[in-house]
Amino acid sequence: MLAATAAPRIDAKRRVVLDHRKRQFAQAQWAEQDYTHRMNFYTIPPTGDITLEQFEEWGIARLKVLAELEACQSRNRTPAETEEYMRPVMEKHMRLSSNRSNNSERDMERKKDHYSHWTLRLAFSGTADLRQRFARLETQLFKLRFQHDDGKERKEFITSLPMSWETVSDEEKKLWLEELKAATNSNNKTDEESWFKVDWEKVPELVERRQVLLKRGQAYVHVREQTSMVVNEFSRTLESGLELAARFLPRMDEDNRLAPILHHLSQSFTAPDAGYSEESSIGDMASISAASIDGLSSHFPLCMQNLHRELRKNSHLKHFGRLQYTLFLKGIGLNLQECIVFWRKSFKLIADDKFKSEYLYNIRHNYGEVGGDANKRGRGYTPYSCQKLLTEAPPSAGQTHGCPYRTYSPDNLITLLQHVGVSDREVLRDVREYVGKQRYHIACNRVFEAAHKGEIKKVKDQSLWPASELDTILHPNTYFKRSFLLKNLGKVQSGDIGVDGPTQQMSD
Amino acid sequence: MGIKMPESSSPREPSSPARDDDVSLPDAPVESPSRPNSSNQPGVTLEDLFDDNDQDLEEEILASDAANLPSSPPQTAPSSSEEAIPTTHQEAYSDPNLMLQFYSRLFPFRSLFQWLNHSPKPGPDFANREFALTLPNDAYLRYQSYPTADTLRKDILRHNPSRFEIGPVYTTNPRDRKTLKKSSMFRPLSKEIVFDIDLTDYDDIRTCLVDIALREDFGFEHIIWIYSGRRGVHAWISDKEARELDDDKRKAITGYFEVLKGGVQGGKRVNLKRPLHPHIVRSLDILRPYFQQVLADQEPFKSQAGQDRLLQLLPDKALNEALAKKWASSPDRPSSRKWADIDAMAETGVSKTLNTKALLEAKQDILLEYTYPRLDVEVGKKRIHLLKSPFVVHPGTGRVCVPITAAGDMQRAEAFDPLSVPKVTELLREVDQFGSGEDGENKANGFVEDGVTMRKLSDWEKTSLKPYVELFDAHVKTLLKSEMIRVKRERDDDGVTGSDAMEF
Repeated sequence: MLAATAAPRIDAKRRVVLDHRKRQFAQAQWAEQDYTHRMNFYTIPPTGDITLEQFEEWGIARLKVLAELEACQSRNRTPAETEEYMRPVMEKHMRLSSNRSNNSERDMERKKDHYSHWTLRLAFSGTADLRQRFARLETQLFKLRFQHDDGKERKEFITSLPMSWETVSDEEKKLWLEELKAATNSNNKTDEESWFKVDWEKVPELVERRQVLLKRGQAYVHVREQTSMVVNEFSRTLESGLELAARFLPRMDEDNRLAPILHHLSQSFTAPDAGYSEESSIGDMASISAASIDGLSSHFPLCMQNLHRELRKNSHLKHFGRLQYTLFLKGIGLNLQECIVFWRKSFKLIADDKFKSEYLYNIRHNYGEVGGDANKRGRGYTPYSCQKLLTEAPPSAGQTHGCPYRTYSPDNLITLLQHVGVSDREVLRDVREYVGKQRYHIACNRVFEAAHKGEIKKVKDQSLWPASELDTILHPNTYFKRSFLLKNLGKVQSGDIGVDGPTQQMSD
Repeated sequence: MGIKMPESSSPREPSSPARDDDVSLPDAPVESPSRPNSSNQPGVTLEDLFDDNDQDLEEEILASDAANLPSSPPQTAPSSSEEAIPTTHQEAYSDPNLMLQFYSRLFPFRSLFQWLNHSPKPGPDFANREFALTLPNDAYLRYQSYPTADTLRKDILRHNPSRFEIGPVYTTNPRDRKTLKKSSMFRPLSKEIVFDIDLTDYDDIRTCLVDIALREDFGFEHIIWIYSGRRGVHAWISDKEARELDDDKRKAITGYFEVLKGGVQGGKRVNLKRPLHPHIVRSLDILRPYFQQVLADQEPFKSQAGQDRLLQLLPDKALNEALAKKWASSPDRPSSRKWADIDAMAETGVSKTLNTKALLEAKQDILLEYTYPRLDVEVGKKRIHLLKSPFVVHPGTGRVCVPITAAGDMQRAEAFDPLSVPKVTELLREVDQFGSGEDGENKANGFVEDGVTMRKLSDWEKTSLKPYVELFDAHVKTLLKSEMIRVKRERDDDGVTGSDAMEF
């Protein structure tokens, strides 16, 4: 039976308090997992101790992997493409070495895998939609890993599973060899003469295609189908586990350390969290001035392009729009002085006094030059990630902040895209599809890809960039930087770009 | 189907509620002393029956039918009912009066009830099941449900549908579906697996093929075949595991049986990978002898178009040309000869490039194309599908949709002749003319349970409907027995089948 709860509450009296030096020799009081196999059906919940940071970090890492997997699916990548794409992602975030490798980190990797799964299970069991998405993605991940498992280890893992199948005995095989071979299409010399039998309900797809032998409700399946059966079983087990978790969720006795983390994790399915780092600035490659913004705007993601257009059209932007845009500009490397100049010039209809009294302070505040402790003194607020833009309150009349893929109706969105130069019908169609499925950042990524198709291909073919530089864009500043770099391949060295920056337009 | 009428969530009240209370009594097995075996009297004509004062319900319904008003006063009943009785053969088979008679006297409601309820005691498998009625004016009433056989019967008599269909057992009573908090709480829970096989003309071979596969491959046991009234047959599988299968598994079963793909026009419809799956091999063996009959009966290759199609399905160009030439000189050559010509011509060696294996396989595919049963795949795929109930009358032919066979008795299937299926008019006549008394037989045979006896059912015993109802009852008996064994075994678990708590 599946355990009903995730990490049970640890009774203070029984907590193992160990000095870190003694830890490796200490006897664990709780059943520490013995990770004999690389693969895991996650039927036993973790019971050991981990730190809160590990809890969150591991959860985020796994989420990153799952989110990338979902991005591949949304883009309808072929299995081969997905595999290729995911390999570096998985290596980076959720490495899992095989038994043969004598990796000292191996057990830790498996523990991380195990615990992060259960963490996310907790986070995503709340609603039916989340459960479904999580189950689907975990199954995909399992399948991906399973297919790369070492043959021998895979067999060992399968035998360890409590599956309800049995190998067809030699007597039965002798009795029905021809029928078995005909039914399961295993007449090649290379086909193993090995079958197992299971209730037919467990393999409906194979029954539907007449690829099994049926006898009185038992399906005789060729061993090559084992992979898909294991994967299906994994999926089924997980789904019922999630249902169980959902029912027990209200009863979870929690001390409010986990709840915010879990909430944050579950939000990340909307758009995964993007760490913002100051490396998104191109200040070291080109000096950006207020005058160069117009030119650089061709590299902006739609949200910022939209704000820029609005600003140019009306010579004004409302508060949240200004906030979002200013932070973005800071992120691309525009310094405070130039930023002030930019806004002053853009708000050309406003008198100097009014500008100084109503707008200047805010810009400085955003940059961290003035303001209280909460403003991360010295650095100002962090530019908003896609997740933030997609989860904050949507704009109302007269406002243009947020993510247009979300706030605009599909028709208006398409019109907007056409205005900024996206005319490829396929791209627009895909955008409509993704938006329909509420995968807004995927739509944005699609537009990016289409706009930089040639450059991306070149980078891939010539291996100019590592794969991690081409993963899903989750932050407007990432979009900008990558666009800028792609359009300036070969030119980007310090000082090569003039003061005004490159002026080439985006080519569709 | 006719126009879908907004479903009435509660049945119309009869015009005189007071009478309603009386209604239950006439159906009780114990007769009140003032009415000594009224309708059971041998030799009683339908007219005489209506003279009985206690046939309240009967009168009222007939009266209302004749006057076409639900609230016609009962005192005019006797005279108007006389007009209502059909006396000629020329009556349309869908004549409402005919149907009413049929439902009132012949339709085996209790058998149907037990078959769908899986237990003698009323339970959710029946109470939460959807029935859909096609009314005489072609209106379509969905989401009807009934707690007992008795209530079903009363409602059928009240509405007098030209036909009605059976749907799934839902999570709750279909009539209550709109009162639920979440619409997702109302969904199908279980339903018999059904197949609808269209036959250009009836032949037991195809029934046989599917029946064997269902039993030997899938392990199903409780399969009954119902004649659909004109040209098709329906299979109903009542095994518990079968009933609880979700839509995906049903789709899988349907897919397993699917051999013909594509529409009637277009190329080859049978494209099977070799070596053939054992089910196909078995099917070929069963169908091969039948193929000759098809050739003789349907002459599919006689016409030029038919011949062209045949050649289109054969793989070898040289052989085809030779055959075409040969047949050009004998235009009315029968299909069976043409079929034999194929091998004969092949053996002459006229084609140097002939691949005998490919030819053999092509011939197998052709055989299957012309003989393999065509399943209506949509019928079996989803639980919510509604299918015509057994024993209703086919309006076009007047024949009753009787069971053909059950329990894998293929000899019985072989003996079945669609032209001998009784018509509703004949049956009613047989009731009238029932001569020699067979008293004592007329108590409902062996199915006397609490409050569900249908005294009028005994009329069927006087007619040629008898063997069919008995076949049905035998099938139901086996089904109930296996269900009871299962329930005994599962006594610790929550009871879901009808024998435990009634859930409404």
